[in-house]
Parts: sequence; C-alpha cells; structure tokens
Amino acid sequence: MGEFGGFAGVSRLIKFIHKYGAPKRFYRLAGRLVPWFAGVTALLFVVGLYLGLYWAPPDYQQGDAYRIMFVHVPNAWMSMMAYVIMASFAATGYIWNVRLADIMAKATAPLGASFTLTALVTGSLWGKPMWGTWWVWDARLTSELILFFLYVGYMALQASIDDPRRAAHASAILAIVGVVNIPIIHYSVYWWHTLHQPASLTLTSQPKIYITMLIPLIIMSLAFMFFYFTMLLVRVRSEILVREQRTDWVRKLVRSKR
Amino acid sequence: MKGGLLSAMVAVFTRELLVFWRRSTEVMTALVFFVIVTTLFPLAVGPERHELMLMAPGVLWVAALLATTLSLNHLFASDYQDGSLEQLLVSPYPLSALVFAKIAAHWVLTGLPLALLSPLLAVQMALPTKAIGTLVGSLLLGTPILSLIGAVPAALTLGVRGGGVLVSLLVLPLYTPVLIFGAEAVAASAGQGFASVAHLSLLGAFLAVVVSFAPWASSAALRVSLD
Repeated sequence: MGEFGGFAGVSRLIKFIHKYGAPKRFYRLAGRLVPWFAGVTALLFVVGLYLGLYWAPPDYQQGDAYRIMFVHVPNAWMSMMAYVIMASFAATGYIWNVRLADIMAKATAPLGASFTLTALVTGSLWGKPMWGTWWVWDARLTSELILFFLYVGYMALQASIDDPRRAAHASAILAIVGVVNIPIIHYSVYWWHTLHQPASLTLTSQPKIYITMLIPLIIMSLAFMFFYFTMLLVRVRSEILVREQRTDWVRKLVRSKR
Repeated sequence: MKGGLLSAMVAVFTRELLVFWRRSTEVMTALVFFVIVTTLFPLAVGPERHELMLMAPGVLWVAALLATTLSLNHLFASDYQDGSLEQLLVSPYPLSALVFAKIAAHWVLTGLPLALLSPLLAVQMALPTKAIGTLVGSLLLGTPILSLIGAVPAALTLGVRGGGVLVSLLVLPLYTPVLIFGAEAVAASAGQGFASVAHLSLLGAFLAVVVSFAPWASSAALRVSLD
C-alpha cells in the first residue's frame, strides 16, 4: 500500500464523513446516542465518587483533603485533551471542509474552557490546605491559566465573526497556532518556575500513587471523558439546529414538537 | 523566477517602509506608548532604586510586549481597507513570502526602534549598566518573534468588530514564552539569576521555529479573511 494507501484511506474516511456526517443524519444519530452516553457517564460518576470518597484510604500526609484530586486531576487532563481534540476537529474542518468537524470544534471550546476553569478552582481549593494560600504561581497552575486564556481567545474570535464558515476557518488557524505553541508555553512556564521557586516547595517528581487511589482516579477520568462526549453531542445537536434553521427538516421538526 | 520573487519581496518591503514613513504618527504611537508605560511604573511603586532595579527587566519587557501588540492593528488593516491586500493575494508570487516581507518591515518600524530606545528607559528604571547590552540583545531577538506571531491574529481579525481589543486577547497568551525568556535573560545579566546565554539561545530557537511557520499561518489567515 505505502504512502498512497494511507492517503486513499484518509480520503475514503473523508468521503464516509461527508456521507454520514451530513447535519440532518448526524442530528438523529446523536439524538439516539445521547441517552446511552449520559447513562454511562452517570454510572461512572456514581462508582468513581463512591470509590474515591469512601473506598480509597485517607492519605497519610494530607488526610481526606487529597480527595479533591479525584475531581481536580481528571479536569486538568480533560482541559488539555479537549484543546487537542478541538484543534484536530478544527484542522479537519479547515483542510477537508467538513462542516460537522467545524461544529464539533466550536462545541468543544466552552467545554474545554469549563474543564480548565474547574481545574483552576479545585486546584486553588486544594492549595489552601496544602500550601496555605489560595494561589501560588505553581508551574502547572500557571500553564492551566494560560490555557484558559487560549480558550477564551478562541471563543471570542468565534463569537465576533458572523459568517459561520469564516468563523470556523479563522478559529481553526488560531487553534492550530495554539497547538504548536502550547508545548513551548508549557515548558517555558516550567522552566520559569524552576528558576524562581526553591526546590523544597515543588513536587517535581510525582509522588507514588497507590493502586487504591489510582483505580478511583481512572474511573473518575473516564467519567469526565464520557461527560465530555455526552455534552459534545448535546451541544452539536443544538448548533446543528441553529445553523440549519432555514431548512425544511428543521421546520418540520419544530412544527412536530409544538 | 527566483530573482522575480526576491524583487517582489523587496518591493513589498520598501513600499511598507515608504507608507509608514509618510504616516509616521502610527509608528511613533507605539514608541511613545512604550516610554509612557515604563514611566508609569516608578510613579506607581515609588522611586526606590533597588526596587526599580528588581522590576526593570519585567517592566521593560511587558511594556515592549504591549507596545508591539498595539502596533499590530496597522500591520494589515489599512491595506485591507484600501484593497491593496487583495492585490497581494492575486499576485503570482507565494503569499507567505510577501507576508514575510510585510512582517519584516513591521519589525524594522516597531521592534527595532523599541530595542534601540530601550537603553534610555533602562537607565530610567535603574537597570545595572552591565545588563543593558543583554536587554538590547534580547529585544532584538524577541521582537521579531512578536511581529511574526502577532501577524496571525492581526490577519484573522481583519474587518471583525472589536478587532483591536480582540487582537491583544488572542496574541498575549501566545507571547508568554518570549516574555519569560526575554525578561529572564535581562534579570540574569543584572545578577539575579543564572547565565543569560541560555535564555538568549532559547529565544533564538523560538525565533527559528516561528520564522518557519508564522508567515505560512498568517497567509492562510489572510486567505480566510479575504475569502
């Protein structure tokens, strides 16, 4: 097959997306998927919270305060993952002109921003008992804050352009530039931090995590991931309705709901 | 053909210089802004020389960052309004090369004067004399990065409502590595940290990365905006 096989594979995939990713079809498909995703999300949250809050033992140094980790860490992971997902959707939409990918990227941005904000707030709440202050210029917190600004910029650009196609393509370029920059920003912040903080305060090597704490953490991460997919489908559905509001099928749908 | 492309780039470059020369107030605004912002800091925190010296690298770099951000608006805006940007798009030469020439001219008109003016402000901020060379050097290495990265949001926000404020919102988070490396380099040679060479070489590396992708990204952005 070689290189061309790969390329043919991609273009076949794109054709497939064009065929089944038509907004009307996807609206119905997403509508059927949402309850399943929501169910899995709820189940994972119940199990994960039970394991995290009752089953996992208290930490020998932090006592029960460490349990905020089961919300903080998954949110921090999701905040970074959502940016990569958003940029990938945006790039797909920009390069192959797939409208559904544009919509997915747009719908991901506020979710990613809220993950980032939650990670910041929980990090600050965790910081109060651990460090004694609400905010320290910790490398991880600082790069999360800059990530939040990147999300805000992306959403502001989306919001200020009326033409949906131009908005999608313009913000796609911004997201791609952001993805190239994020590693540089991340490492520059880490470097800045190591220059300014005495080594005793930093946790450069992650403390060993026990299996009884790791299992709830993984389940909570999956829960937030499924939460993201559920919310993505819901948001994509409403965005499709907004964009297709002048088409026949949406009008029929609206009339049938009245 | 190659000579053709080069002469086209030179033509764009000299045209930019000529246009900005004839509307020199726009260039001067950024410079005066740089001077005023740095003057505000001693007024706000007090004239104590030691405190000023500790803050000087950060203050000078943040002021340079803001001044460049302010100047980004007229990188493409007036050409967009009078239609000459569309002429660049339909020209037979690769747009990214012509955009690169425009960005280079922008740097000559904003970054370079900022760097040349900075020793004066460094004295004002009580920066030790031995650090002034590093300050100029870091600004000479760093401001081209600011012009290159800034061209992308400047192109994306053409003709968009609230474009001016939006540009700073989009561009400032992307500027953080330049700020860190630049300010650290100056602080290091002022005797507050390790060797400044490491920071300067990181700035140089970042410049190399940005030179390779920013002209391409901003020409893509121009095509989207003028579509």
